[in-house]
Amino acid sequence: MAATIRTVTDLASTTEDGVGASPRRPDGTLKVTGEFAYSSDLWMEDMLWGATLRSPHPHAEILGIDITEAVKVPGVHAVLTHEDVPGEKRYGLEHRDQPVLAFGKVRYEGEPVAVVAADHPETARRAMERIRVDYGVLEPVVDSRRAALDPDCPRVHEEGTLPENPEHNPRGNRLRYQPIRTGAFSEVAGSQERERRVLERLRAEADVVVSSEYEVGMQDQAFLGPESGMAVPAEDGGVDLYVATQWLHVDQRQIAPALGLPQEKVRLTLAGVGGAFGAREDLSMQIHACLLALRTGRPVKFVYDREESFYGHVHRHPARMRYEHGARSDGTLLYATAEIIVDGGAYASATPAVVGVASSLGIGPYEVPHVLLDAYGVYTNNPPCGAMRGFGAVQACFAYESQMDRLAEELGVHPVDLRIKNAMSQGSRIITGQEIDMPLPMAEMLRICRDLPMPPAREDLADPSDPRILPGGVAGTTRGEGVVRGVGYGLGLKNLCFSEGFDDYSTARVRLEVSGGEPVVLVHTAAAEVGQGLVTVKGQIARTELGVEKVVIAPSDTQVGSAGSSSASRQSYMTGGAVKVACASVRAEVFSLARERGLVPDDLPDTDLSLVGGKLVSATAGALVSLVDLLGEASDGGTVVERTREYHHRPTEMLDPRLGQGASHTQFGMCVHRAVVDVDVELGLVKVVALDAVQDVGRILHPQQLLGQIQGGSAQGLGLALMEEIQVRDGRIRNPSFTDYLIPTILDTPPMRIEVLEHPDPHSPYGLRGAGEPPTLSSTPAIVAAVRAATGRALTHAPVRPEDIVGIEL
Amino acid sequence: MRVSFNVNGEDVTADDVWPGESLLYVLRERLGLPGSKNACEQGECGSCTVYFDDVTACSCMIAAGQAQGRRVRTVEGLSQGRGAERELSTVQEAFVEAGAVQCGFCTPGLVVQTDDLLERTVGAGLPAPDDAQIREALAGNLCRCTGYEKIIEAVHLAAGRRSGGGA
Repeated sequence: MAATIRTVTDLASTTEDGVGASPRRPDGTLKVTGEFAYSSDLWMEDMLWGATLRSPHPHAEILGIDITEAVKVPGVHAVLTHEDVPGEKRYGLEHRDQPVLAFGKVRYEGEPVAVVAADHPETARRAMERIRVDYGVLEPVVDSRRAALDPDCPRVHEEGTLPENPEHNPRGNRLRYQPIRTGAFSEVAGSQERERRVLERLRAEADVVVSSEYEVGMQDQAFLGPESGMAVPAEDGGVDLYVATQWLHVDQRQIAPALGLPQEKVRLTLAGVGGAFGAREDLSMQIHACLLALRTGRPVKFVYDREESFYGHVHRHPARMRYEHGARSDGTLLYATAEIIVDGGAYASATPAVVGVASSLGIGPYEVPHVLLDAYGVYTNNPPCGAMRGFGAVQACFAYESQMDRLAEELGVHPVDLRIKNAMSQGSRIITGQEIDMPLPMAEMLRICRDLPMPPAREDLADPSDPRILPGGVAGTTRGEGVVRGVGYGLGLKNLCFSEGFDDYSTARVRLEVSGGEPVVLVHTAAAEVGQGLVTVKGQIARTELGVEKVVIAPSDTQVGSAGSSSASRQSYMTGGAVKVACASVRAEVFSLARERGLVPDDLPDTDLSLVGGKLVSATAGALVSLVDLLGEASDGGTVVERTREYHHRPTEMLDPRLGQGASHTQFGMCVHRAVVDVDVELGLVKVVALDAVQDVGRILHPQQLLGQIQGGSAQGLGLALMEEIQVRDGRIRNPSFTDYLIPTILDTPPMRIEVLEHPDPHSPYGLRGAGEPPTLSSTPAIVAAVRAATGRALTHAPVRPEDIVGIEL
Repeated sequence: MRVSFNVNGEDVTADDVWPGESLLYVLRERLGLPGSKNACEQGECGSCTVYFDDVTACSCMIAAGQAQGRRVRTVEGLSQGRGAERELSTVQEAFVEAGAVQCGFCTPGLVVQTDDLLERTVGAGLPAPDDAQIREALAGNLCRCTGYEKIIEAVHLAAGRRSGGGA
């Protein structure tokens, strides 16, 4: 790991396994033995199996639903349609536009129409075959550019679907339109004619102009643990739901109104989560399971299979983008224009927020005086899209980084030098006018990345024709002929934590007591452990703050306040922050207890005190009292200190709707990648040889888990660069399986050397920066740039397809 | 139908099995062994890998009836004991220690497949596998979280310990 730069007080304490160490995951042992209970592993004696009948059409009127034959199937306990939804018929993350069960119309292939509870999954499947749905098939809206720009395009939603936000949909299918204008463009905003004239003047002034269209395909999060969970009816008329999700409280907020129940009667507990990556931010089976459980009076379990999973969650928005950059001959950027259209599919999900990110970060971390950018998020009858790691920044990053490489090529300079020439740093303002008021060592990161050792040339290896190191692998498609090496760079700027005025907070309850003769800390939050290792980090923070080695992490549930979502790289910051402030409050109470009992000399201020190694310690007077003596055994009437605290990050602003200005983000993160590839230019096959990265994380909390995040994020970016795309034709998914939708295997994934910098953010707990998303931005453009370098092809579509490399049209 | 076979050294019988059920379903839903995972149920991801007699296979691709009279060893059969008394196998220990576990859904399959790789190499008196051998052996096990680097580290760690006289 790189030399670290630490300007915050070094917090390493003598308590083991605190912040900065790499303790084992508390759930690790259960996960390697197979005993960890994932949401699909839940089992109860009298449980029923739920199943979902889905629309076979991307767009159709529902003329009638007949369940008569389905309910007659022996073993079937309930068949429900929209008529059986007792409360609100629609739900949604940002807008309540998605039917719990379709009524009137279906708007995407796979939309839930009816649900069944039966004694066996096969019984449920047979019952679904007997549900008769009469559809009047309609022409689907599938062209996102038309949906964004053509006022005559048919509407996906009727008037009034979004009653709370009628102004959001002035042209029928636009979910959000966000313009950004800076420099000379801001002075003429609103007049297309005058904007055109400004653009012409800037073009004339520029020495080099590059323009291109780019596309990013629809990527799937492809978590391995399918959508699943169990709803258990409760005696009070409510329901207990055990589910894999990213945000328990936002689920609760959407489920309860649909069930017609008060929030407190819908209690959620996090079941084991097999990965998330954004795909669990929206509801899948939650309301359906609760409806069936309440109807049958029995526990109901849902488990999607892989094909259903492709229809059961939102995907990464496919994007169509047009970019133009003008620069002076010395490489200084003069202006940029961008049109970004992201396809939200049939329902809103997180599309408006994705547009907010794609627009505000649309030009990347480059100083550009004049910017004209238009970003659109639209409704179509394609599969719904929403959150995926990188959240709108991924798509824009592919375009602006491709543009930087084209400019470097036009100017005949090294791509790293062009980036350094225009690099932002602390104090720079992004195109929304927001100042980057934390370290952004972009130029330093680029230099470090360029200077990383290169992998050996293939010719220098012991056996240069070993198929295992060649594109095509053991299929033996080449022995080295036609194989060309390429090197490419990419970087990306990502906002971390929630943006645009959202009051983002997390809650933690921390209890300190003496149990079994030793001090024990209990940490209770509602935060979703989705694999990232938050359970480990919560314990580390408690150990560091309270000087107690034994920390118990309570299961996450809705019996404590919201923790917000496990997304936007925010949980170490937000829930970590909440645990930290709750611990500080517990600590202050311990200090005052000790003072009350006369154990602290009056002249010692609290700043002189700390909790270390199970003792109250004074920096000047040494150990004052052990926690065991101070508090006493809890079961013998000892003192229990418990505090619940909320942690809020600093407020942010909405972007203004005319010029797109506003301090909309909380924190910025960056990763820089260098990819080395070998390309079989005759067959269009790519072998990634190395994928090395430099990332600044402010402060490392857990070195081992951090590397896992960066390497895992890099691999997902590799997938988007070379293989991952949900193929949608006429609104239909053509490859809903791991046979046809390929994610990187261990053979596709190269060694990844990671250098981590620590320039602390003065605003965040411990100076940390969210780390999960930035690598997913930068690895894609770096790999595509390397393939361009090897092939000389423009490659404007991610993922790069073999036919793009060999230059044939399919 | 009724299916009887041996799981982790114990003779078991499952009744009322629908002929369309997979071995994976029987293990998970009828025998209380959910350690083998259901990530794809199409033989693509390796998360349900078990020893079927002495060969590793995706249990989702084996019809329940094919298990009649066979020996099956699942991830639950690799460690000794349960609860606080549990003793992890060398491979399991290495996966936790190396940080090869994130969400963990792929882990049971990878642990079984790695156990098999080490059995066939260091367990048979051969040298510890190199990176290329490890990648080849684990090519049928998808992981979405880690980028595989820590998994490779874990295999090296376990191989070193096993050839060094470890369990």
